Amino acid sequence: MESDRFATSVAASVEPAAKSGGTVLQALTDMLVIIEMELRKLRHEPTELFTRAVQPVLWLLIFGQAFSKVRAFDTGGVTYQTYMTPGILSQSVMFTAIFFGLSTIWERDMGILQKFLAMPIPRAALVLGKALAAGVRALSQVTIIFLLAAITGIPLHWHPALLSAAAGVVILGAVFFATLSMIIAAIVKTRERFMGIGQLITMPLFFASNALYPISIMPDWLRVVASVNPLSYMVDFLRGALVTGQLTNWQADVGVLLVACILATAVGTYLYPRIVA
Amino acid sequence: MEVIVEVEHLKKSFGKHIAVKGVSFNITAGEVFGLLGPNGAGKTTIVRMLTTLLLPDSGRATVCGYDVRRQAARVRQCIGYVPQALSVDGALTGYENMMIFAKLLGLKGRERERRIAELLHFMQLDDAAGRLVRTYSGGMVRRLEIGQAVLHYPRVLFLDEPTVGLDPVARRGVWEILAKLRRTSRMAILLTTHYMEEADTVCNRIGILNRGEMVVTGTPEELKALVGNPDASMDDVFTYFTGNFLDAGGDFRGIRQVRHISRRLG
Repeated sequence: MESDRFATSVAASVEPAAKSGGTVLQALTDMLVIIEMELRKLRHEPTELFTRAVQPVLWLLIFGQAFSKVRAFDTGGVTYQTYMTPGILSQSVMFTAIFFGLSTIWERDMGILQKFLAMPIPRAALVLGKALAAGVRALSQVTIIFLLAAITGIPLHWHPALLSAAAGVVILGAVFFATLSMIIAAIVKTRERFMGIGQLITMPLFFASNALYPISIMPDWLRVVASVNPLSYMVDFLRGALVTGQLTNWQADVGVLLVACILATAVGTYLYPRIVA
Repeated sequence: MEVIVEVEHLKKSFGKHIAVKGVSFNITAGEVFGLLGPNGAGKTTIVRMLTTLLLPDSGRATVCGYDVRRQAARVRQCIGYVPQALSVDGALTGYENMMIFAKLLGLKGRERERRIAELLHFMQLDDAAGRLVRTYSGGMVRRLEIGQAVLHYPRVLFLDEPTVGLDPVARRGVWEILAKLRRTSRMAILLTTHYMEEADTVCNRIGILNRGEMVVTGTPEELKALVGNPDASMDDVFTYFTGNFLDAGGDFRGIRQVRHISRRLG
């Protein structure tokens, strides 16, 4: 019978097809496959890419235009709308990434996660692959904000190198917040509690950063919070790359984001399998 | 006979609740071993320990000769696992679901494509391979999952309640696939079920699990002989050994889960 070709193959194979496993190269390959999977899902359901854009558009067009008339602090010679553009980009990327963990809980309920965890894939490749996929998704927000800026005449620095650097830092920021989100999911384990925590932390992270106003006008205690908030470093880099065209603090910005990503991935790798326990 | 799964005095508690109370059993190559018991008997907990998803509190379990606690990564290389919930991604096509798994299992190039095509055919999904899985029926989803789980020709396949929530026709479809696997490969299969008919039809050895304890193991014929009635149904066997009716054990969580899966299967 023709349909028994599989069985014949199985019978002929003495050992299961063992993965060469354990090497860094193998882990990287696994990570790329996880990213590929997420992107394929996105290709079949691209609506998400557009719904992501609604909030930042509202912030920039309505809030930004209204507040451009206020001139409460020094924006470095640009309109407030221009000043806040990197902040809104960062905020919208953070808001979406911080709820990424919800999909982890959903995959746990579906049994998808269990199946992946029972496969020969390094945990770190699983966590980092998922987080990088969230990073790639965030590029849709970058694209939409750049388009919006071009259409409405927000004067960004349209230098290809600076734009690419900005995109890279957006991915880095999204990776951090998505991993943070997976850590929260692994700890709280249920959708309801996750939504509560997610909503609890997004606004403080947003307001305790330089997204809408400079750190220099904050009270002392808030400066402390803002200076340990990875979002501030993301905004700082993007403001340098897109608005002033001068990357004065880029080493510190990228350094902090990288360290944050590495720490979050380490903790996430440790906690991730516990979501099924 | 080559022993593939070896379980000795395995124990697991969740807080005060002892889910598995020192269970022992073996599974050899080519055998379909059925863990039979009501909801809450500890079947899924055992499967989760054997698939390295859950650490045992005490006791020992080896899969393909590897310790599930200390050599978890090795164990993962030689097993296939189909969880109870429907675990394929609805936003991918059947082919894509297979392809992603094949890549993660380390299959490459033409060999990968050959196995995917071979298995899609074996699972009678060739025509549906290009469709998004969300359009599949429950039986098709289950067959696809089994296909994913055997892409790397594992030495043991774990199936947790493979037909729960399926209609009788789809259930038979899954049984046929399992029978075909049993007939033609040396793969050991462990399946959990609370359907008597399933245990009787598909398995060549059965372990009856009740409240976390293995009450008895044997072939369906042996168990019926022990009851003293070769015409006994599996229901009679279960009642004989546990003093319970199989239906009596379902707790609220178990029922809710089965309903949930049934709903998703449509």
